[in-house]
Amino acid sequence: MSTATATPPAASRVTAEELAVLNKPSRGGKYWASQIAIVAGMAFIVLYCIAPFYWMIVSSLRLPTEGRETSFWPDPVSFENYPAVFLPENGFGRALLNSVIVSLTTTLVTLLLGILGAYALARLRFWAKGLVLSIIIACSMFPGITLLIPLFKMFTGAYSWMPINWMNTYQALIIPSLSFGLPLCVWNLTAFFRQLPVELEQAAMVDGCTPGQAFRKIILPLAAPGVFTTAIITFIAVWNEFMIALTFGTQQSMYTAVVSLSKFTGAYGYDTPWGTIMAAGVLITVPLIIGVLIFQRRIVAGLTAGGVK
Amino acid sequence: MSQGVATTLAGNTPPITEKRKKNLLSDGQGTLAAILISPTMLVILFVVGIPILLSLRESVYLKATAVDPTTGLIPEGESFVGLANFTDIFNNPQTVSGVWGHMDRLVNSFWNVTFFTVVCVGLETILGVAMALIMARAFRGKGFVRAAILIPWAIPTLASARMWGLIFDSNGVMNIIVGQKILWLADNVYSQWAVIVADVWKTAPFIGLLTLAGLQTIPTDVYEAARVDGANAWQQFTRITLPMVKPALVVAVLFRTLDTMRMFDLPWGMIGPGKYSVETISMFAYVENNQLRYGSAAAYSLLLFAYIVIVAFLFVRLLGADVIGDEESRAITAQRKKQKELAKAARGRAPLAKSTISSGEAQA
Repeated sequence: MSTATATPPAASRVTAEELAVLNKPSRGGKYWASQIAIVAGMAFIVLYCIAPFYWMIVSSLRLPTEGRETSFWPDPVSFENYPAVFLPENGFGRALLNSVIVSLTTTLVTLLLGILGAYALARLRFWAKGLVLSIIIACSMFPGITLLIPLFKMFTGAYSWMPINWMNTYQALIIPSLSFGLPLCVWNLTAFFRQLPVELEQAAMVDGCTPGQAFRKIILPLAAPGVFTTAIITFIAVWNEFMIALTFGTQQSMYTAVVSLSKFTGAYGYDTPWGTIMAAGVLITVPLIIGVLIFQRRIVAGLTAGGVK
Repeated sequence: MSQGVATTLAGNTPPITEKRKKNLLSDGQGTLAAILISPTMLVILFVVGIPILLSLRESVYLKATAVDPTTGLIPEGESFVGLANFTDIFNNPQTVSGVWGHMDRLVNSFWNVTFFTVVCVGLETILGVAMALIMARAFRGKGFVRAAILIPWAIPTLASARMWGLIFDSNGVMNIIVGQKILWLADNVYSQWAVIVADVWKTAPFIGLLTLAGLQTIPTDVYEAARVDGANAWQQFTRITLPMVKPALVVAVLFRTLDTMRMFDLPWGMIGPGKYSVETISMFAYVENNQLRYGSAAAYSLLLFAYIVIVAFLFVRLLGADVIGDEESRAITAQRKKQKELAKAARGRAPLAKSTISSGEAQA
């Protein structure tokens, strides 16, 4: 890494080629050792991240009878576990659909509210801004269980002032999800809006736009990548949520995919149907991973800008 | 909107425009802001504010389950019991024996949470920073590694729990790697380590990602200057890298800490509910709620809440975590602090001047 910085004082006698040679980084043994260490480190990181996931995929591709096999490669490769996941007694197809409905709805609602709120937080000046930001960040720190217990009582009609029974309904899955989805969304969007130069809006307003128009016509199109990234991050957060879904979806027809995975008894009568469980796990995870890989640059930007999970 | 934060808030430069002319564009921002922010705040009030207040209410009520000694009937509804739900932890303990010996079930879960948080976050931070350092020095393959690092982050915690459940199975691959026959999932001290491994795997890359973003903001000439001054690699790391990456790292570690403290999915999906060696406060409160013991469930969840608030407060105070990261709020706070100090200095000028003749700080 060290560059040869010393140029001889008698510069007149040094030709251009010699200078080029001198300026070239010296690549001694130390340099190569550090390069090798870095490559080894990178290989370790990749292996660390992928190996357990590889094991899940490999285990899903074994024969249903070989759930606990530990061979490095399935032999023979079998896809029997995948149809088994969708056997009617598992209700996995319905669970996937539920997950899509809940995650999409929550994402759309949070985006709709979050864009408005985040714009105000990023651009407008008002006295309660610090307070609002603190409330939002505090919301993302709350333990979900503190909110869940009263919400459970509310949604089961235990309070006389709220005579409803929302157990096993979509709204009971979606509304509590807003408690972590909305702060996440507002926080990320605020970070994105702040990155856009204020001068753009100022120019628009000099040209006669109201703040509202400047937002609609200038900021929103420019922030589209950020909005999209926030949508993905929120979608993943809701898709992966377990506690709320476990509480409010108690019938098999209202399980989300993650809850369904937790209750998997599988299709074959062996002790634990690991093959089927792993296949279901792969099916839940792979759509997310494909999405994440396609948009990885933006997601990394979103995660680091928001600073929040 | 147009005024720069620095000029308007520093207070020592006079406003550039003449005195308060009504400006259609920048005045009335408060109203617009209120309109824009109120839907969000209303939703938060409904799904966070009201439940927290109700939680406080629940925690001092107890659903009657015992026979009333005076009437001989099981009374309907709930009765106000004051702090009994909290004091019962010590007065009327529900003793279980986990890894930490015989103790109340809540105390046991409290120790589990503390243990998991300290160990997991410690390991994650070390691993994450190491990953970030490696990635920052790499020239090629950065995109590939970054893609790989997002995989643990994207996997649903529950899917990862089942995946690690298979790996830690008594006939599983982990026992082949360590060459022993350990019953990892059998509700013992090994179960704790199985949970820790699974948690560290999932979240260390996340810390690495956030730290890397912090590392990339450090200008390289700082390192060059240090090298010229003869700093070795370790000195460069402790004197330059760590202090400069600290703001990003502290926030990442804070969020991971709070997240680990409310851990639920991973022990639930991997070891199972009602396993005392890995039961967290979240899990215990959930089980209580499922038994319709709302009072104790709310009390325990509030204790967890208080624990989290204390830890977050300590993080902000001791490590100076700037969670909000809003320049304007920061500037307002700084200005208030300055004013307070000025006021203090003005009030205490006479004694201050007397006492600091020799110390030379009177001019400050």
